[in-house]
Amino acid sequence: MAKRIEVKGLDIYYDKFLAVQGVSMTIRPKAVTALIGPSGCGKSTFLRTLNRMHELVPKARVEGKVLMDDQDLYGANVDPVSVRRHIGMVFQRPNPFPTMSIYDNVAAGVKLNSKRMKRADLDDLVERSLKSANLWEEVKDRLGKPGSGLSGGQQQRLCIARAIAVQPDVLLMDEPCSALDPISTQAIEDLMLDLKSQYTIVIVTHNMQQAARVSDVTGFFNLKAVGEPGGLVEIDDTETIFSTPSNRATEDYISGRFG
Amino acid sequence: MPPTTEKTGTRGAPLRLGDRVFAGASTGAGVLILVILAGVAAFLVSEAWPAVTAPSEEIPGEDNIVLYIWPLLFGTLLSAFLALVIATPLAVAIALFISHYAPRSVATILGYVIDLLAAVPSIIYGLWGAQVLAPQTVDPTQWLEDNLGFIPLFDGPASATGRTMLTVTLVLAVMILPICTAVVREAFLQTPRLHEEASLALGATRWEMIRMSVLPFGRSAIVGGAMLGLGRALGETMAVAMVLSVSGDVTFDLISQANPSTIAANVALSFPESSGTEINVLIASGLVLFIVTLLVNMAARAVINRRRDFSGAN
Repeated sequence: MAKRIEVKGLDIYYDKFLAVQGVSMTIRPKAVTALIGPSGCGKSTFLRTLNRMHELVPKARVEGKVLMDDQDLYGANVDPVSVRRHIGMVFQRPNPFPTMSIYDNVAAGVKLNSKRMKRADLDDLVERSLKSANLWEEVKDRLGKPGSGLSGGQQQRLCIARAIAVQPDVLLMDEPCSALDPISTQAIEDLMLDLKSQYTIVIVTHNMQQAARVSDVTGFFNLKAVGEPGGLVEIDDTETIFSTPSNRATEDYISGRFG
Repeated sequence: MPPTTEKTGTRGAPLRLGDRVFAGASTGAGVLILVILAGVAAFLVSEAWPAVTAPSEEIPGEDNIVLYIWPLLFGTLLSAFLALVIATPLAVAIALFISHYAPRSVATILGYVIDLLAAVPSIIYGLWGAQVLAPQTVDPTQWLEDNLGFIPLFDGPASATGRTMLTVTLVLAVMILPICTAVVREAFLQTPRLHEEASLALGATRWEMIRMSVLPFGRSAIVGGAMLGLGRALGETMAVAMVLSVSGDVTFDLISQANPSTIAANVALSFPESSGTEINVLIASGLVLFIVTLLVNMAARAVINRRRDFSGAN
């Protein structure tokens, strides 16, 4: 539970194209780390390398090291499938399995991990996960209904419940609120503050207020120049980044003078 | 989706010429289908009626129309159903290989080859079935009789020519494979990336991802593709007429010389030598085929609609 991630000199390539260069950072356990920066600077790409999801793009690869509690996620005999079982992910747009009920959506990951589980234990786990995701009260009477019938915000919380049901070590969130209205956003943000007591959370967001509200540490990504690869400009306590950043580009970006 | 027949556009808005023309054209196209279908049905019923009311001595070979059509209907359903049983899993497997396993270059070539199978005329399949496939099946069917003869399907005696129901179902399966594969492949390729990533991010292997995301998403396409194939297999005429050795027996034995014919093949083979009531009898069998095909399609529709909430379309 809640492991530390250490990234050392990570370069991310799509075939021969260098997309992100030289990222080194330490992601603290039981804290929310926010990654901010302009579109196309590679923060989502970087996030997806943390659970090896970027490998789904043909010919994508990385150089450098990603260590989770000293275990190299890109080690020679590490199976990306098992990496993803330990590092959960929530996507920009809610993506519950449309053919599954709410219950089955939450249970989906567990059924992958351990094929056999007593019905009562599974019921218990589904209830616990939905409660952790602050969704239980809204769906407890319709667990057998399709997840796609929920509102956008509820669907996103369902996806969070699905991700935490497998008790991952780390939870990655790729702009989890960008498709949601302010009220649903508020609900997800509250949830993140709850969840950080148990999980390491990394969130990519375009919303700087959101980063300021929910995160303990903020990293600023930027392109070095047009046509150059993106990279991490600086990372520090959120308070420091938003008050006295050490880099001029960071200050320009967070104060809206970016251009 | 029925075409809209509204004569006014949005409330109060003037209806533009283009809208009116398009509404008229699409309504006309929709109505035309119904008119054609009704016309065919009316022709079949009016021409079949004399056969239903005809005295028994005018029905070729049998005492009444039901006894005449029943073995044909049985043969039709048996051959089409077995062809479907063989073709559907194969089609799903090929579609999956093309959409999710094969490297892109291989997938493209394989896709073309499958489409090419659909372009082969059925008379060619008939020739191939009768001249090439049938002789090849003689030894295996003998083996089936010897070793699996306790299963009614392989009761025997095995045919010496290979012109058996088994050969016909194999030919039909090959014939319906392309259409099934094409429909299923299209659906698999359209599986939303979001759903695939949802399962992969949970730590699904590729096969688990396919089971969680791709197959459920493509389920209605699998049913739809199978039903399209079934429609083709039910109505297939030439290949069956050329391959099958017919006796008119109603039997589940797939490997013997004695087989029921199918409705379509029987019409094709008997029509040139028929006159008077005999023709009405053949048309009556055609009416039965028409109804069966309609029922199959309605059943497929019902299967697809039953789980619409979970279909992923919303």
